[in-house]
Amino acid sequence: MLAQKYATELEILLDKYPDKRSAVMPLMYLAQEAYGHLTQEAMQEVADLLGLDPTQVLSLAGFYTLYYEEPVGKYVLEICNDLPCALRGADDLVEMACKKLDVDVDETTDDGLFTVKTVMCLAACDKAPMLQVNLRYEELLDEEKFDALIARLRQEAEEREDGHYYGVEMLKQYTKRE
Amino acid sequence: MAHILLRHRDVENIHRYDIYAANGGYEGLKKALREHEPAQIIEMVRKANIRGRGGAGFPAGVKWGFIPKGEGRKYVVVNADESEAGTFKDRELIEYNPHQVIEGALICAYAIGAEAAYIYFRGEFMVAGQRFEQAIREGYANNAIGENIFGSDFSCHFLTHYGAGAYICGEETALLESLEGKLGQPRVRPPFPAQAGLYAKPTVVNNVETLANVPPVITRGPDWYLSIGTDRSPGPKIVCLSGHVKRPGNYEVPMGTSYRELIFGKEYGGGMSGDQPFKALLPSGGSAPVVTDEALDAPISFEGLEPYNSLLGSASLIVMDASVDMVWAASKLTHFFRHESCGKCTPCREGTYWMDRIYERLLDGRGRQADVALLESVAGQMQGEGLCALGEFATSPVLSTIRLFPEEYRAKVNGAAEQGQQQPAEAAVAAD
Repeated sequence: MLAQKYATELEILLDKYPDKRSAVMPLMYLAQEAYGHLTQEAMQEVADLLGLDPTQVLSLAGFYTLYYEEPVGKYVLEICNDLPCALRGADDLVEMACKKLDVDVDETTDDGLFTVKTVMCLAACDKAPMLQVNLRYEELLDEEKFDALIARLRQEAEEREDGHYYGVEMLKQYTKRE
Repeated sequence: MAHILLRHRDVENIHRYDIYAANGGYEGLKKALREHEPAQIIEMVRKANIRGRGGAGFPAGVKWGFIPKGEGRKYVVVNADESEAGTFKDRELIEYNPHQVIEGALICAYAIGAEAAYIYFRGEFMVAGQRFEQAIREGYANNAIGENIFGSDFSCHFLTHYGAGAYICGEETALLESLEGKLGQPRVRPPFPAQAGLYAKPTVVNNVETLANVPPVITRGPDWYLSIGTDRSPGPKIVCLSGHVKRPGNYEVPMGTSYRELIFGKEYGGGMSGDQPFKALLPSGGSAPVVTDEALDAPISFEGLEPYNSLLGSASLIVMDASVDMVWAASKLTHFFRHESCGKCTPCREGTYWMDRIYERLLDGRGRQADVALLESVAGQMQGEGLCALGEFATSPVLSTIRLFPEEYRAKVNGAAEQGQQQPAEAAVAAD
């Protein structure tokens, strides 16, 4: 499936590095976007495309936090609750998010829209409390802004079929060697 | 004073090629190509003593000088994996002043003879990286990147790469592993990246902020740069202020400015955000020992906190007021390091795990009399035992809070003692 869906991107990625193994991480992002999470099938496909052993892909999925081996919601709310954020109310934000969405940390809402996770420092400590949703930062969150964010994402989910990962298009572009 | 690094605060839209170029941008690269041999560029950077802004403070010119001369493929890798708790300076440069970083990397490439530069962003910067990608495209369109740059014989391509969430990839050899599509785990050194780096070729890895310092050194000269800052730490520094200050954010100051001024100065942090007084400062995120009020008059510099057993590091100041439970603060950071230990070296993998477990029970009232000594013992066994500094970093908040705030640890343990829950340490560890 990936070979057809991302034929152009694959060509770009393979051209970008002297060693095609370097394309594995960007390709895993694309596989994750296509499949929702990194299924066994997705990881096998990535391995086949690059001539890697599937366990090599699997170990990367386990090592890096932005790859999901288990199903997640359409939107993953990753709240930073490291020390700098916690000094400015991040733990309260985690509690509020869980309560409003009626989930625990690492759980997904029944409608499959939202997963709440806590994550390590996202380099936005001056804008705490904050979270990233599918790689986009939402900063200086209070209850009002959090509610507005959830409402916006619900609406967006209705309007868009895919492409929920903000920024992944970066991997599909190639800074062309003019 | 006009900013040298955070120039977007003085010049609107400097992320655009035309605006950057109209304000002296790429003059450093043009001057380097027109007037200087590569060896002279290395000498200028060495003389200016630009010290690594990622935290280690290693002189960039010396690092560049390690690259073997002569033919053969070489690489420049820009470290944009900014992940230290409390650090958010590189992100601002990437988003708002990207051309200065690109120009610095290209000057480095010219100096060492590299024909390709990679920038490794942490995966979480994929949205922030969009503007940088745009800057690269503009660079190509204006002959600042690519073949025969500005009509010279020098050619260099510029490529981006995104990680996927791993603090350890900020360590330069782990970053190179990750860029090669492997687990981000540090390499055994030697060989150092200068001998065998990316794809086993000679490689310079420099932090984003470090490279942003390079163009003005070429245009204005090393003597100008040396006139800023302290003798051992020249130049400007971006300081990240977070925690209990009125005005958190990035501030560019000359090295030598005091920590007190940064935290309390009206144009900087503006003092404490609440009504509680200052209690403690983590001067380099989670990676350096905590300091108290007595250290605040020290100059921000690589040497300034030496008398207080702490470090400049990445200059990410996490400010804490009197309401903060220091055992809790240390536990937060310990939890971070446990999560981020890559698992390659046993003392770090196991040590961070055990310290995290001990903090867990200290905080939920199950602390034991022997726990403080046990923390010190575990930390002691981690120091100097890893391939990289992560394990060492992890011991900093632990040992420094025990040293400076022993009564807070005692209170945790005594609380438990009153409930009759303490056990001998060995038995406790075994039981866990």
